[in-house]
Amino acid sequence: MAEVKKDALTGIETTGHEWDGIEELRTPIPRWWMLTLWVTVIWAIGYWIVYPAWPSLSNYTKGVIGYSSRAELKKEMARVEESRAGWKAKFQAASVGDIAKDSDLLNYAMAGGRVIFADNCAPCHAAGGAGTKGYPTLVDDDWLWGGTLEAIEKTIRFGIRGAHEDTRESQMPNFLEDETLTKEQVSTVADYVLALGGSGSASAAGKALFEENCTACHGEDGKGNKELGAPNLIDAIWLFGEGKDRVAAQVAKPKHGVMPAWQGRLNGVSIKQVSVYVHSLGGGK
Amino acid sequence: MSETATAPGGGQAAVEYIDDVVKKFTIATTFWGVVGFLVGVVIALQLAFPVLNLDLEWTTFGRLRPVHTSAVIFAFGGNILFATSYYIVQRTCRAPLFGGAGLANFTFWGYQLFIVLAASGYVLGISQGKEYAEPEWYVDIWLTIVWVAYLVVFAGTLLKRKEPHIYVANWFFLAFILTVAMLHIVNALAVPVSFTGAKSYIVWAGVQDALTQWWYGHNAVGFFLTAGFLGMMYYLIPKQAERPVYSYRLSVVHFWTLVFLYVWAGPHHLHYTALPDWAQTLGMTFSVILWMPSWGGMINGIMTLSGAWHKLRTDPVLRFMVTSVAFYGMSTFEGPAMSIKAVNSLSHYTDWTIGHVHSGALGWVAFVSFGALYFLVPKLWNRERLYSLRMVTHHFWIATLGIVLYITSMWISGIMQGLMWRAYDSLGFLQYSFIETVEAMHPYYVIRALGGVLFLLGSFIMVYNLWMTAKGHLKDEDVFEEAPHAAAAGA
Repeated sequence: MAEVKKDALTGIETTGHEWDGIEELRTPIPRWWMLTLWVTVIWAIGYWIVYPAWPSLSNYTKGVIGYSSRAELKKEMARVEESRAGWKAKFQAASVGDIAKDSDLLNYAMAGGRVIFADNCAPCHAAGGAGTKGYPTLVDDDWLWGGTLEAIEKTIRFGIRGAHEDTRESQMPNFLEDETLTKEQVSTVADYVLALGGSGSASAAGKALFEENCTACHGEDGKGNKELGAPNLIDAIWLFGEGKDRVAAQVAKPKHGVMPAWQGRLNGVSIKQVSVYVHSLGGGK
Repeated sequence: MSETATAPGGGQAAVEYIDDVVKKFTIATTFWGVVGFLVGVVIALQLAFPVLNLDLEWTTFGRLRPVHTSAVIFAFGGNILFATSYYIVQRTCRAPLFGGAGLANFTFWGYQLFIVLAASGYVLGISQGKEYAEPEWYVDIWLTIVWVAYLVVFAGTLLKRKEPHIYVANWFFLAFILTVAMLHIVNALAVPVSFTGAKSYIVWAGVQDALTQWWYGHNAVGFFLTAGFLGMMYYLIPKQAERPVYSYRLSVVHFWTLVFLYVWAGPHHLHYTALPDWAQTLGMTFSVILWMPSWGGMINGIMTLSGAWHKLRTDPVLRFMVTSVAFYGMSTFEGPAMSIKAVNSLSHYTDWTIGHVHSGALGWVAFVSFGALYFLVPKLWNRERLYSLRMVTHHFWIATLGIVLYITSMWISGIMQGLMWRAYDSLGFLQYSFIETVEAMHPYYVIRALGGVLFLLGSFIMVYNLWMTAKGHLKDEDVFEEAPHAAAAGA
């Protein structure tokens, strides 16, 4: 550069070039910037010495402390397993009934069951088992397939109308579609069912239709049958919605809930824990 | 319409700049920007209120999210990169675009076609399922053709330059164009199921695919959203502040360290996965070393204002540019911090990442782009000044408030989410279920959406202002020197 140009404001030299009116100053690189850059480089070199870092064609530098994230994970998991080993043995040996009677086991099962429930069951049965339309609420004392500890455990283990060979299975006929009942008859029997639940009045025709078509599963008194998963019709709890239209639709072409089998997804200990937890939610029998 | 320049020292041949295509890219930037922000607001609201998915496959979050990310990165960001790189390379080389208006216009229409093909595919459910690389093979091939044409235009102009040296902005633009070509081609290598169908399979598999994807993904950030925009910044700030670039040496050193280091940083997206430990180490350590090279750009941007700080009071366009560089500095500090494995084990998969991305995307990329639009439109349309500087200020403050709401809510939500995931009770069971963490995040999702709404509102103000500027109107308003805060502020 033959002539030295200086920036009038700062007194710093420019590079002597200019592009569309833009010039550049020869300000030295800030010391702290360079220092910090070198500190990060030196730190990185240190890290490479300590930890696995540089690959070769067939291997890599292992680092001086022999760190491996897989080995760390294994160790950590083993530590957790070990801390739970005592509990695990106890739960494997105990039935759900035993667990409910032992306050230590019950306490532990409730803590574990809460987490298992929230991660696996809440998506359908809602937080805390509040339930939603089509997905039974678990906080009341109305149990489709039985509310004893053993019944709940069986439901969870094998599911409802699921893929497991021991799944609980039942199906209500499509009364209208199969032409068992006419549209008027469906309406009449729906009125009768509503009357059983305490709203409206029962007609003789409805009673006759009910006795002929419904009592085999739902019982003479309409209280249902837990062996068949036939709902109680007199408790005014309507899984698929309230009102005449919903009840009539359920007679005409019923919806059926499906619950997957959890055996194989959850281990035996977890199933016992969540069974005890669900039993405790509301009116476990 | 073209601006002309004469060589200093001699009155010979004036250069006819090709600016019509720059105008088109400027209009496209504004249009896609608003579309991208709007879709962003929609999906932010969907996360807070899932019913807004509308139960239609085309409007679900899963399909609209890539529409948002591609619209803001590739449509808004891409168009402003085309606009500024074409504008800047001509003026800093004193040469018209290589290939003339024809080739440049091909890149314009070709790029818009790429955007439309990509976005329509997403809505219809056509996707490669690779983040920021969702378009299927037929779109990828088209983009490659357009991108090579872009490289020819840009590099050809550099070769024909009448300046002895290449200006720093053009180093960054060239690095951006070349590296994006390489990243795009390698990451998108795929075998179509049939030439008449949209579906293809990526040639990479398993963890190698993941590594290739994040080598691409992080460098989309590093070269598309960083190097390209630094090129923009290196022209806009000195020009708008009318000051020389702070340090030529710093620009050399930070350019080479930045481009060398960025390509190593991808594995930090795959900490604690099947990726081998050694690759995680390299990704993390190079990310940390990248801190100073990134800050080199920030220092050069901000310190260029030495002797011109007072202009920030009276020039809201400069304020956009300088604030963008400040956000750039913040997110390039946060990034290396989050790449450290111990930090990453908390931050990964949480909203913290989303907040980090948006402090870069809204604060840096969008703000410097707004600065560029406010800079370009009066010049391209030969207007004396913008329609209203007051409205630029309103845009600035509304958008800044939006960003602050966005990133603070995501920090809180993300860190809370990370802490809830790893909390254990006294018996060793997880303290919280996933659904409980989602419930806890809800208020922050609402705040985030509100931040997005403000950002979108700001962009509407900008559109109006730019529209009126292009039409040649000047708003009758107080000049800025008389602003009350200007008198009150000491420095």
